[in-house]
Amino acid sequence: METKTTILNLSEEEFVHPGNRACSGCGLSIVYRMGLKALGKNTILAVPPSCLTVLQGLYPVASTKLPCVNVTFASTGAAATGLRAAMRALGKDDVNVVAWAGDGGTADIGIQALSGACERNEDIIYICYDNEAYMNTGVQRSGTTPQGVVTTTTPIKGKIQEKKDVPAIIAAHGVGYVATASAAYPLDLYDKVKKAASMKGPRYIHVHTPCPPGWSFETRYTIKIGKLAVQSGLFDLYELENGNFTLTGASKNLVGKERIPVKEYFQTQGRFKNLADDILARVQAKVDEKWSTY
Amino acid sequence: MKEKDRKFCSKISRSTPGPGDGGNTGSWRVVRPIIDLSKCIPAKTKKKACFNCWLYCPDCVVSKTIPPTIDLTYCKGCGICAEECPASAISMVEEGSLIGEDK
Amino acid sequence: MYIIESGNVAAATGVKLSRAQVIAAYPITPQTPLTEKLSELVESGEMKSEYIQVESEHSAMSVCIAASTAGTRAFTATSANGLLYMNEQLHWAAGARLPIVMCVANRGVGAPWTVWNDHQDTISQRDGGWIQLYANDHQQIIDTVIKAFRLSEKVSIPVMVCYDGYLLSHTYMPFDQPGQDKVDAFLPPFAPTHFLDPENPANFNTVTLPDVRPNTAGVVEPGYMEIRHNLHEDMKAAIDVYEEIDEEYNKEFGRGGSPFVEEYKCAEADFVAVCIGSLSYHLRDIIDSMREKGVNIGVMGVHMYRPFPNAAIVDALKGKKCAIIFEKALSYGNQGALYADIKSALYSSEDRPIVHSYILGLGGREIKTEHLVDALTESCNSPETVGDDTRWIGLKLQA
Repeated sequence: METKTTILNLSEEEFVHPGNRACSGCGLSIVYRMGLKALGKNTILAVPPSCLTVLQGLYPVASTKLPCVNVTFASTGAAATGLRAAMRALGKDDVNVVAWAGDGGTADIGIQALSGACERNEDIIYICYDNEAYMNTGVQRSGTTPQGVVTTTTPIKGKIQEKKDVPAIIAAHGVGYVATASAAYPLDLYDKVKKAASMKGPRYIHVHTPCPPGWSFETRYTIKIGKLAVQSGLFDLYELENGNFTLTGASKNLVGKERIPVKEYFQTQGRFKNLADDILARVQAKVDEKWSTY
Repeated sequence: MKEKDRKFCSKISRSTPGPGDGGNTGSWRVVRPIIDLSKCIPAKTKKKACFNCWLYCPDCVVSKTIPPTIDLTYCKGCGICAEECPASAISMVEEGSLIGEDK
Repeated sequence: MYIIESGNVAAATGVKLSRAQVIAAYPITPQTPLTEKLSELVESGEMKSEYIQVESEHSAMSVCIAASTAGTRAFTATSANGLLYMNEQLHWAAGARLPIVMCVANRGVGAPWTVWNDHQDTISQRDGGWIQLYANDHQQIIDTVIKAFRLSEKVSIPVMVCYDGYLLSHTYMPFDQPGQDKVDAFLPPFAPTHFLDPENPANFNTVTLPDVRPNTAGVVEPGYMEIRHNLHEDMKAAIDVYEEIDEEYNKEFGRGGSPFVEEYKCAEADFVAVCIGSLSYHLRDIIDSMREKGVNIGVMGVHMYRPFPNAAIVDALKGKKCAIIFEKALSYGNQGALYADIKSALYSSEDRPIVHSYILGLGGREIKTEHLVDALTESCNSPETVGDDTRWIGLKLQA
């Protein structure tokens, strides 16, 4: 990445009003706040049912200072497509068209529309905030829920299947920009969104988003826990630009250094309380293997 | 025709921006952040520095000022600012302990 | 300018003349040639529009919803299962008060699979808040599409223009193509009051509480029920608006005058056959031969199904002995859909006819003239004994 924003030079303009209905300590609040700062005023948003719907407010009060259309759960990728088509038809090519969806609206019910938009090479930015379950409706499992995690629909055994690698699926469409980011590293996220806003074609950013009630941890640890996910090498911050893969920020700094054991990350959250030893061992082995290639 | 002058579509779900959709979310708090200005880096040095609390606040209630201030009308008391302050300048104090004191 | 072309091309031409700005459609038999024609018109530059080759019908309507909310004139088309696939989006578009126009080439719904014509697809969507207009021939298809855009933008309610799959979509008829200049004068550019605008930010269709609630200025805004009530009231008011629009179109283009029902020899008739779609023209030949044999019968085609034009229906059937309703759709477990609506409209009317109900042509089952003649003859000879149970015409292998 070319420029690195710092806390000191980060713009003070806010695009989200306080007093909204997001949970105390919400990771999405941080992600959304940073993302909108990077996007700026000339932006139109599409949002499916998700925690963001609630954060954005109940009619007639909006917590977002940008124009937004709420859409049905499965349709985000298509809605963003429609917004871009309208902007082209109206000759307003400089407007950012940005979809903000949770992991459910992206990886599960929303994947068809997103895949279609990527295949058509639509000029949209798609930001998935991944809190690893259907949090808005009370923590039901999603495709991106990690293996072994207790949710309300995997209440006893924990999720059997592994986490769906959505960035890899999007990258397989051949889109020009796929990136991962984390709520715990807001400046890295900010720079990525800003960069995406200057590009064309589908730009996909997958943001790891800790959730205090859903993951079962005290609200003050949102950043700390997000950092552990990255420092353990479990969630990597990277960019895949036209096929070129580069780690960024804290992940880049981790290359060749000792990583925190994933167990330390898992231990911070109640949702991993039933994690079987064999799954833990397998996860650690996979992380080690992945990092041996970096 | 009687419907000629009817104003159609007079009611739609269109929300306009403003704070406090969730009411005064400060009422959610159980603990309140209090900044010790003797430890706070920008307050101590009187320079634009640190501002971690401003950066990480999920609710945009911390100001990027010297010193930072917190809007208690909306602060939900999550404690992220206290946790991320490198100078340990912010403590989360029980709301109950402040009853009767000058808030 | 007259051309001889298919119903699908008539529809595409109507969309072209209406200058739709964003088109998103997914091919499905028998609508496919319509989407193909639009693709050709856009790619050749003959039509200046954004055409999105979406990956499903649900996405087709999603694109239209977003594009319309962003302030552009949006269009899609589908049939049968495609329509059902976008069902939640139909309800959404209506509740969001978006002036989207959609053509539906009527086709039966699965299961089991069928590609042939009946009306279950659109009739089963009658409760969702879309205006439904049905065309009887190719001229009506192109004219109704143009009028639909004008109507939908005036009342902020989406409109579906329906025509029989295969029977109209794929057959060839001569029809006149209105001139672009005249259509432009009749249908000005889309100018919505509310749309997505960075200069005037707002959040559309978020969670809306059961009760009313003040906005940031302290003004109490409606709740969900008020917004839905407004849709219903505006929809009923759209009846008069469409009559005006049809009148204006008739003046400009020389065609129209029957916005709600199209009557053939009904004025002095004792008996009236009623149906939706091209069947009403098939029935005209039968009516003529029955009249030669002394039966005082006429036929009425219903053009506007939603909102239901109660007054026009009651007026048309007032004083008749019997109305015989033929339809290609029903409300399963109850009775014919159009039949139920007509009975309901006639309930408080003095001087109302006996009403008979026939289901036919499902899944494209051939509608034989002799079957229609038999049914009409029985209804006309002994209207009191036919009864009000829905009967089926054309069934084979009866138990």
